[in-house]
Amino acid sequence: MTTTKKQLHRIDLIFKNEQDCKEILRNALARSNQEVINEMVNSGLKGRGGAGFPTGLKWKLTAEQKVDEKFVICNADEGEPGTFKDREILTRVPHKVLSGMAVCAKIIGARKGYIYLRGEYKFLVPNLKKELRRFHDILDELGLDFRVEIFMGSGAYICGEESALFESMEGKRGEPRNKPPFPTEIGYMDKPTVINNVETLAHSYTILKYGAKKFRELGVKDSRGSKVFSVSGDTPIPGIYELELGMSVQDFVDDFGDGDTKAVQVGGASGFLVPRKRFGKTSIGYQGKLTGISLPTGGSMMIFNSSRSMYNVLNNYLDFFEEESCGQCTPCRVGCQQLLKGIKAVKRGEKPASYLDQLLKLTDTMKLTAKCGLGQSVANSFSSIVENFREEMIY
Amino acid sequence: MDFQEKLVHDLVAKHGTDRENLLPILQGVIDQERYLSEEAILKIAKEMSIPAADVYGTATFYSFLDTDPRGKYVIRVCKTITCAMKGKNQIIQAIENFLKIKVGETTIDKKFTILQTNCLGWCHKAPAMLVNDDVYTELTPESVVDILREYREEN
Repeated sequence: MTTTKKQLHRIDLIFKNEQDCKEILRNALARSNQEVINEMVNSGLKGRGGAGFPTGLKWKLTAEQKVDEKFVICNADEGEPGTFKDREILTRVPHKVLSGMAVCAKIIGARKGYIYLRGEYKFLVPNLKKELRRFHDILDELGLDFRVEIFMGSGAYICGEESALFESMEGKRGEPRNKPPFPTEIGYMDKPTVINNVETLAHSYTILKYGAKKFRELGVKDSRGSKVFSVSGDTPIPGIYELELGMSVQDFVDDFGDGDTKAVQVGGASGFLVPRKRFGKTSIGYQGKLTGISLPTGGSMMIFNSSRSMYNVLNNYLDFFEEESCGQCTPCRVGCQQLLKGIKAVKRGEKPASYLDQLLKLTDTMKLTAKCGLGQSVANSFSSIVENFREEMIY
Repeated sequence: MDFQEKLVHDLVAKHGTDRENLLPILQGVIDQERYLSEEAILKIAKEMSIPAADVYGTATFYSFLDTDPRGKYVIRVCKTITCAMKGKNQIIQAIENFLKIKVGETTIDKKFTILQTNCLGWCHKAPAMLVNDDVYTELTPESVVDILREYREEN
């Protein structure tokens, strides 16, 4: 039997070996701030950490703040289960990330930038430092007063949340702040701060080099450009792939699955589980005018085949959330504990199957009342797994 | 001045006494001593003029800032979903058998501690572990023993 496997179009922009960051920077710095902001806004680039906030708008809002001291921070606290693309970007094309930071710094008026690097990636530091020295020389040559430092995390998933990251950098427990105010007004050290994901900054280099128009040619409607995906789980070809936004989960599975794919977790433990019957109706991108359901993702795509127990998968996620919840707000702290206890009790027969409905209500409450994205998004994986694989939770 | 006193003093001199330097200072002590002892926390608090409770409170938030004694080599095996699917349990078992200790324990010669940790970001090369800052991926029960044997035999 021969099967023709459809292959999704591979994009080669982010990892393309381009050593022209001096020229790109020189050109970008020569343009007016307004021009560069327009370019970024027109590109339609949205935050690639997963939240999808328009990058151009973030830069614009921060630029408008009339404050002397501002900061640019690169969020390299990549901790979402199933995500590992930022490490690859920082390993292979760190100069693109730094160029994005420098242009942003010029526009908003920042003299200081930081890369907040997760502790698990400490082995990257020697190379990054070498790259920083080279980059600072270029900045001196171009006359831009801007310096970047590396700040190490110490093993806390929640510090990827931007306000928790600021707290952590300020020497405190990484507990998220209330929003508003947003970082564009009050960020690190209570100063206006642009905080962008590693990949977002690397894309800004592409946009500055090739123009917003070229970037917009990729993707669909509200989801423009390419995206770096981290593919893992039951796949013969795990790894890092740059693909166009807007693909359907079915096309993804046809390309990356092992022929027996039961479900795909889009967006890591805080994302959604898509069961086989929804592959065709679900696409990958930001909520917008796409037909059917569209799921945003920081790039984590975990594939499960029919040998996997979805109960075990959910148990693993909840174990993760229970440990990584910062404990500051009650809905998340107690909610995660009760969800974990709850599914175990149902599995053991200590609680009736209908208890799952009570747990689903609890996730609704967490979605409404938790202080930050961690507690709010536990509902995503919980409800998409429990609703689609209810029998596996009970028997 | 004993070793620890000098370590803390030098770290504070290098980074400064402002609160935003606390994490790098705590990390600096971990690099040398593998954990934050009560004495170290008190010294940091004194040098930086911040309450010891704040130093302790901050340290205990972060999983890499241990406040329990650890071995010279801290082994952190990833237990998150993909590594769990790809045989994390067999890896842990192989390590436990080789070092004759359980997860959470430290060998008597204070050389190794076994811990589990959340996603290390190597899901495409699972299962993975850290030994201090070094990453090892695509582990098998055999390869993990070979790796640890090298650590055990070095002087």
